[in-house]
Amino acid sequence: MLRLENLSKRYKTGDLALKNVSLEIPDGQLVALIGPSGAGKSTLIRCVNRLVDATEGKIHLGDREITGLSMAELRRARRRMGMIFQEYALVERLTVMENVLSGRLGYVNFWQSLFRKFPKENVREAYRLLDRVGLMHMADKRADELSGGQRQRVGICRALIQHPELLLVDEPTASLDPKTSRQIMRLIRELCEERGLAAIINIHDVALARMFSERVIGLKLGEIVYDGSPDGLTPDVLTEIYGEEDWEATIEKVEDDDESEASDDGRAA
Amino acid sequence: MSDASTQYADTWKKPPFIKNSVLRWLIYLGTVTYFFVALYTMEVNWPRVAEGIPRGIDMLSKFFPPDLSDSRGVILDGILESIWMAIISTIGGILLSVPIGLGAARNLAPTWMYLFCRSIIAVSRTFPEVILAIFAVKFFGFGPFAGFVALSIGTIGFFAKLLAEDIENMSKSQAEAVRATGASWLQWVNYAIQPQVLPRMIGLSLYRLDINFRESAVVGIVGAGGIGAHLLTSVQRYEYATTATILFSIIGIVIALEYTSGYFRKWVQ
Amino acid sequence: MPMIQATDGPIWRKRTPLKQWLIWGGWLVGLCIAVYAWQLISEKTIWMFVWDAPRQMADIGTRMVPPDWSYMDKLWRPVWDTLNIATIGTAIAMVLAVPIAFLAAHNTTPHKSVRAVMLFIIVGTRSVNSLIWALLLVVIVGPGVLAGTIAIGFRSIGGCAKLIYEAIEEIDQTQVEAIEATGGSRAQQMVYGIVPQILPTIAGVGVFRWDINVRGSTILGIVGAGGIGVQLNASINVLAWTQVSMVLIVILGTVFVSEYISAKVRGAII
Repeated sequence: MLRLENLSKRYKTGDLALKNVSLEIPDGQLVALIGPSGAGKSTLIRCVNRLVDATEGKIHLGDREITGLSMAELRRARRRMGMIFQEYALVERLTVMENVLSGRLGYVNFWQSLFRKFPKENVREAYRLLDRVGLMHMADKRADELSGGQRQRVGICRALIQHPELLLVDEPTASLDPKTSRQIMRLIRELCEERGLAAIINIHDVALARMFSERVIGLKLGEIVYDGSPDGLTPDVLTEIYGEEDWEATIEKVEDDDESEASDDGRAA
Repeated sequence: MSDASTQYADTWKKPPFIKNSVLRWLIYLGTVTYFFVALYTMEVNWPRVAEGIPRGIDMLSKFFPPDLSDSRGVILDGILESIWMAIISTIGGILLSVPIGLGAARNLAPTWMYLFCRSIIAVSRTFPEVILAIFAVKFFGFGPFAGFVALSIGTIGFFAKLLAEDIENMSKSQAEAVRATGASWLQWVNYAIQPQVLPRMIGLSLYRLDINFRESAVVGIVGAGGIGAHLLTSVQRYEYATTATILFSIIGIVIALEYTSGYFRKWVQ
Repeated sequence: MPMIQATDGPIWRKRTPLKQWLIWGGWLVGLCIAVYAWQLISEKTIWMFVWDAPRQMADIGTRMVPPDWSYMDKLWRPVWDTLNIATIGTAIAMVLAVPIAFLAAHNTTPHKSVRAVMLFIIVGTRSVNSLIWALLLVVIVGPGVLAGTIAIGFRSIGGCAKLIYEAIEEIDQTQVEAIEATGGSRAQQMVYGIVPQILPTIAGVGVFRWDINVRGSTILGIVGAGGIGVQLNASINVLAWTQVSMVLIVILGTVFVSEYISAKVRGAII
């Protein structure tokens, strides 16, 4: 379980990115974090694994308090949180396999990682994960040879091989086309269900958020303005989060797409 | 996707950079052999090295702090001579580079002129400025004029080549558009080529001024004017405090020049 | 020529009058500097020698042909030495430049003060020509190849480290962040996140520098620091012009070959 208590973040420039955010996410829950650009979505996710240090407030993952850990303890805590990035953030010039195995860096010592001598079960699991996302044949390819969707799958493998309890997902579909976006989102949901993982998915596409999450949190100017089920995202709520706009079309279109996508899946299977 | 019973490999090796294994080992072996032979054939007079170490320490002790008094003003005089030499040879070299660079551009010049100009460039690029300076001293006598000639020729090798390449690579359509108006050759050069090439050329000439100052500090060693002669004398007379002063002055001026030329280049572009 | 006449016409001007004046002023200042510099240089010139130069050139030129081909027998060894000075010097420089670059780049340096020291080393070594370093090193370690190698290495530390640390500062930081997020230590972030990104730069810089160093090591012999410059200097001193032209041909060949090799290798890396 992840618990945020009165979390605030003020950047050096003086911008207040998060204002007193409190939040609880139970094990295995898939949460979509929506909100306009600059609402603090990315900051919130990065505060959890302390890529960004919160100015005030506390973060608990299970019984550990993340804020205030020493560097060594933080490394251990980060192993329990897998992160998936917007622009994939794969190390472009390393092979797919190295990118996946880099998820184990928190577990192996420096020399093992330098000489790529990862434990056998890690390698076996890396292959299993690559097979699961359909990239078995790409293991020896360099990451920059892959397409966007393929790279994001590798990014997912890198996060999963950590054996996390929680996935932090930052705009996973921002650089992908609509079809690939759905595939990636579905994959993330399936994998979370398989492993009973909790996930915070920071996403700007409301339709996708409604389609794939169990719970939606709306963030505006660093404050939570909505926390509830995806079905509760009425035009009024969206106006509250994003501002005035004709939201009816967005919501209706979601339903249509979902169905056609589902029938697509039926044919494929 | 494979079924659950699939056995995955539990070892993985990074694919080597050079795929052909015979070639790879030949390169490894060749490199090792080369370094072994090279170091083995290197003639080092170890007793002389041992003898020199105290002298080196003595030299270093004179370096810190350097003697900045320059009682007879010869150092300042030499440094100034180097600076003026660098400036005038940059200007002279550029003036000479323009016709040679135009002649060495394949799309402007007839073949015989192209070959002639290219060979001038090749020769002046190949020989280090110091070798050019040795001959300039033989032809023009000792003093800064020889240095001026040597550095100007060096500048041609650098500048005419870049100018020629720039002209060859510039946008054809722009050049053709002006030519289509019925401009004469000179007008064509003035209106179509100059605007495309000039800003970069100003930046490059400042860069070359940098290089020419560094070189003007050494051509004095072979008698071609500037601070180099004083440097040589100070070392030969064991006046290491003077050596240090000259060395630090050179470093200081190079830094200052680099900083100002970087500033100007930004301003021009 | 309608277009060109329009440009010169009174209706349209390329720049505002003030800017135009500033540009003219700039050219004027430049011209003054050039004239002043030229006067200083010409004051120190004995013009008699300069007017005599064409005759000298013709004289020495005729004495240089034909090159003394038999002298080649004595040049193989200096060429080998020259190449070794350049290669070993570059290798030493690269081994030192990589850690210096990491300590100097603002995103990998352990501390600001370390960065300042490293930047000082970089600027200090690269501002001074390798011939000057050779001059000093000949005094310390004695004349010969060793002095030349160290001089080339010394000069190249700054040259290489500068290019490498600039590359380190320009890397894609999110790739490093991703490694940090998995729980990787600082050292692991370096090996997985940074090194793969700058490896091509390091290789490219090494080859580029080697090419420059081959050219640079041909002259070190002038101050006694080994290589083919020793023969060049000796032949010029005894006015053996046919030998001099032979040495020049060999230098030309060596530099051409090194340029060819470095272009090929760089092409293979990138």
